[in-house]
Amino acid sequence: MPDRPTIPLPLPKPTPLTQPFWDAAKQRKLLLPRDSAGRYFFYPRPIAPGSMDDQLDWGEVDPSGTIYSFTIDRRGTAPAFVGQVPYVIAIVELDAGPHLTTNIIGCEVDDVRVGMRVEAVFEDVSDEITLIKFTPTRS
Amino acid sequence: MTRRAAIVGLAEWPTQRKWDEPMFMLEAYSRLTHEALEDAGMELSEVDGILSSAIPESRMFGPSAVAEYLGIPVNFAEVVDLGGATGVGQVWRAVAAIEAGVCDTCVCMLATVPAPRDPAATWDPSRAYIGADAWGAPHGQFDIPYGLVNPNAHFAMVAQRYMYEYDVAPETLAKIAVQQRYNAAANPKAVFRNQPITIDDVINSPMIVDPIHMLEIVMPCQGGAAIVITTEERAKQLPHRPVHLTGFGERVTHKSITYAPSLTQIPIKEAADRAFAMAGAERSAMDVFSFYDCYTITVLLTIEDSGYCAKGQGGAFIDAHDLRFNGDYPLNTHGGQLGAGQAGMAGGMSHITEGILQVQGRAEARQVPNCNTAYITGTGGFMSEQAAMILEGA
Repeated sequence: MPDRPTIPLPLPKPTPLTQPFWDAAKQRKLLLPRDSAGRYFFYPRPIAPGSMDDQLDWGEVDPSGTIYSFTIDRRGTAPAFVGQVPYVIAIVELDAGPHLTTNIIGCEVDDVRVGMRVEAVFEDVSDEITLIKFTPTRS
Repeated sequence: MTRRAAIVGLAEWPTQRKWDEPMFMLEAYSRLTHEALEDAGMELSEVDGILSSAIPESRMFGPSAVAEYLGIPVNFAEVVDLGGATGVGQVWRAVAAIEAGVCDTCVCMLATVPAPRDPAATWDPSRAYIGADAWGAPHGQFDIPYGLVNPNAHFAMVAQRYMYEYDVAPETLAKIAVQQRYNAAANPKAVFRNQPITIDDVINSPMIVDPIHMLEIVMPCQGGAAIVITTEERAKQLPHRPVHLTGFGERVTHKSITYAPSLTQIPIKEAADRAFAMAGAERSAMDVFSFYDCYTITVLLTIEDSGYCAKGQGGAFIDAHDLRFNGDYPLNTHGGQLGAGQAGMAGGMSHITEGILQVQGRAEARQVPNCNTAYITGTGGFMSEQAAMILEGA
């Protein structure tokens, strides 16, 4: 079988609705959509999930939270990720409330635990995209 | 006039790791339909309802493509898209359609088989994203870039959170895989019929996505299955014991596990509550259990959230019960997908066909004595779409 070409890591493709989130990430800020009662949600939508509330705005939140759950990918969850293993895929519960998908970096994969405090690391992966990853909070 | 539907026959191909005879989906559906009708003792001309999954040869207008290929006009035609819960979703929709008087005889069909090689096809690594990387897809924007792609990663997060909140020993989860392999040994159609395993084998198998070991994950395989459902009146003239669907429920809550309302209480809870209430049946009255088993954690959570023990007591329940076909809680008596192999989309049909065979007394070496009732679940996506149903023999 001929060598397969290197498979690029999949990058987010911002849409008109989500562009402010990605623009903020580039500026090292975590910007979340917020409903008319001031509750944050994730990911951005034109109407707050589970409600009929379309009176929304954006708010910058403290980019820190707690690991809600995680796994260590040891084989590659898709061909593009095979070269990345082992790495940690996690759900982080932001102090602002919402859960988001991320990676935990800057520590040994075997040291990651549910309940661990983490803070955001903004990682520029292209001219347009900055991914928001997390690392254990230094106490 | 009250109409009542009955399951009257089925077809199920032996699960295979490597399929010998490539065929298109329409060919598979056609062959399965004919085999299932033969088993039921019915004619193709009686079929006026068809339920399938997606058809690669007809990405749009799929149901009409199936009707045309079979060569029959139908009164009910549907593609059901519930992943591993598609089988349960199909069967209750078929029963509801027949009982509503929309149609008289339905065939539910599912298959995953390789098509003949397309000379123009090229290898596309983005196929691994199962369409979730489509332009505008939330999953493609917020989950896939971090590696949250395949079911392994999603279900591992469920298992990890469960272990944090409630704790369960790896040996307890391993017992599920071990006892299902025992059941598979009595199923000639199972891939792992000649490969018993021990708890140590499971614990010592490679960690794929922590905390899930290799032997707690289904082996992706190929196969196909179909089920025939008709009216109670017609069923009385046919060879097999009619099987009634007396209760069912369905619940869909999220796509990516990150946005699930809970990682440790799964949607089967609401589906099960509705199914048992509809049937007016006690949980203790079920004779056999067929739970969708993509991973061992799925089985544990299905036991808990179906109401067979208190929240967090799934581990203790598994420790206390014998899950083999000759045990006190006969679970996945065909071996489940962990023992029989996951026949792609048809994997979720195997739990139903096994429930039917058990209630009809056709489960051969693994037959549960005096089996009259079965409780069956399906799980699709990333613990996201689940369905439950109760079968009772006439």
